[in-house]
Amino acid sequence: MMLRRTAQERRDRALRVVLPVIVLALSLAVWELVVRLASIPPYVLPAPSLILQTFVADRALLTQSLLVTLITTLEGFLLAAVGGVGLAVLFNLSRLVEYSLYPFAVILQVTPIVAVAPLLLIYLPQPLAVLACAWIVAFFPVLANSTLGLNSIDRNLADLFALYGASRGQLLWNLKLPSALPYILGGLRIAGGLSLIGAVVAEIAAGSAGAGSGLAYRIVESGYRLNIPRMFAALVLLSIAGIVIFYLLAFVNHIALRRWHESALEAGS
Amino acid sequence: MAATLHHSGAPIVALRGVGKTFSSGTVALAGLDLDVREGEFLSLLGPSGCGKSTALRIIAGLTEPTQGGVEWPRAIAQVNNENRLGFVFQEPTLMPWTNVSNNVLLPLKLKGGASEQASGRVAAALDRVGLQKFAAAYPRELSGGMRMRVSIARALVTEPELLLMDEPFAALDEITRFKLNNDLLQVWQALRTTIVFVTHSVFESVYLSSRIVVMAARPGRVFTELAIEAPYPRDQTFRTSAEYAALCRRTSDALAGAMAAGGVE
Repeated sequence: MMLRRTAQERRDRALRVVLPVIVLALSLAVWELVVRLASIPPYVLPAPSLILQTFVADRALLTQSLLVTLITTLEGFLLAAVGGVGLAVLFNLSRLVEYSLYPFAVILQVTPIVAVAPLLLIYLPQPLAVLACAWIVAFFPVLANSTLGLNSIDRNLADLFALYGASRGQLLWNLKLPSALPYILGGLRIAGGLSLIGAVVAEIAAGSAGAGSGLAYRIVESGYRLNIPRMFAALVLLSIAGIVIFYLLAFVNHIALRRWHESALEAGS
Repeated sequence: MAATLHHSGAPIVALRGVGKTFSSGTVALAGLDLDVREGEFLSLLGPSGCGKSTALRIIAGLTEPTQGGVEWPRAIAQVNNENRLGFVFQEPTLMPWTNVSNNVLLPLKLKGGASEQASGRVAAALDRVGLQKFAAAYPRELSGGMRMRVSIARALVTEPELLLMDEPFAALDEITRFKLNNDLLQVWQALRTTIVFVTHSVFESVYLSSRIVVMAARPGRVFTELAIEAPYPRDQTFRTSAEYAALCRRTSDALAGAMAAGGVE
């Protein structure tokens, strides 16, 4: 009985990997076939094989652009992490600070970044403007989640800390931050993807005027030149970057929580 | 040892005319007078809503009374109040993100005690509750009973003069509860500490206590008190004795009286 169940679980897990791969391969094959049979020109729709060739041919250029975008994303993410958690801690320590600043954090969040980016590009040098965009988009989920986490402490544990005369610093470090960790990590997982989006939006807003060389800039530039295969190649790279960021953060989340938090425990253990 | 009188009779803490009205208007306690004598095992027994947990929290300083006050007749307790108290909640209330040993260390850490000395005290406290082998385990890896043992070890690690326990075994199964009852009595006798134990179980209170204060509700107050003079150590023989049964009946009658006095829920 037990054995049969694990065998079925294994088959289940394999299917979850194999099925999407089959779907992907089939779609690519159909795409390739349609392009070839209908003789669609590459500036309308390039075949997957051509995109792959473009990858290889432009690899130096594309890798360099990827690096630029990734560095911006990483910087934006780190600033969002530090800023979001830091401000949440500040809010938690002082109601006055929270009341004073929270509305502006919300305004920053609800104003579409696409509309803000051109303004930022006027006042800031381009790399800084791109970074600011990445930060603005990624910052709020970290702040909101961390605030929620810091307020979600076990009341009995808080009583216990009071009983032993814990200082505010001890309370924060030994109770509030560890309690908030799953929430903070949840916020960071969202922020990772968003900071990539922020960086891309700003690069696109900078457009041809920009001196930057990020992947999104490459897409815009290739569009102007009708180099559609390179647009696709850059887009695929962006997708892969997003996927890697997502799984990297999911992995960090798992490592940090696997011994104690419900969300990270193996089913049935 | 068997007939040793544990308490000297001097109060270690005294509640004087304590009243507590919550902001909702609920009167949890009114005019509560209670002496906790040094070395005794005192149970607060009563129906839910009689304010026994509130009384415990007031002794611990976790809740402020709205009338009356708490007296600590012995200067030592007054000076460094929090060092002298241990508190065990109804739930184990452990930090899930760290292991057993760090959970037990917490009170010492918060007081900033010397760390070399602290690890020895943690080991000793774990030893007392029989969990020395589980120092590295995480709370979720332990059973409910073991978690409660960790919680007790944490309360013992500061070697408190007064141990406050708020229905600590209410959520456990009967077999585990009996085992923990016995172990708690052993700890109490070995450490000669004073225990105030809140419970709604007649059988548990009679088995453990040297004195039972029966409380009535609406408003919460002392209804009557009973001395349980059966000698320690108490064990399975006591649990099945006619004396125990008679004491339970007396206590049960007192509780029934308290419930009648407290009105219908």
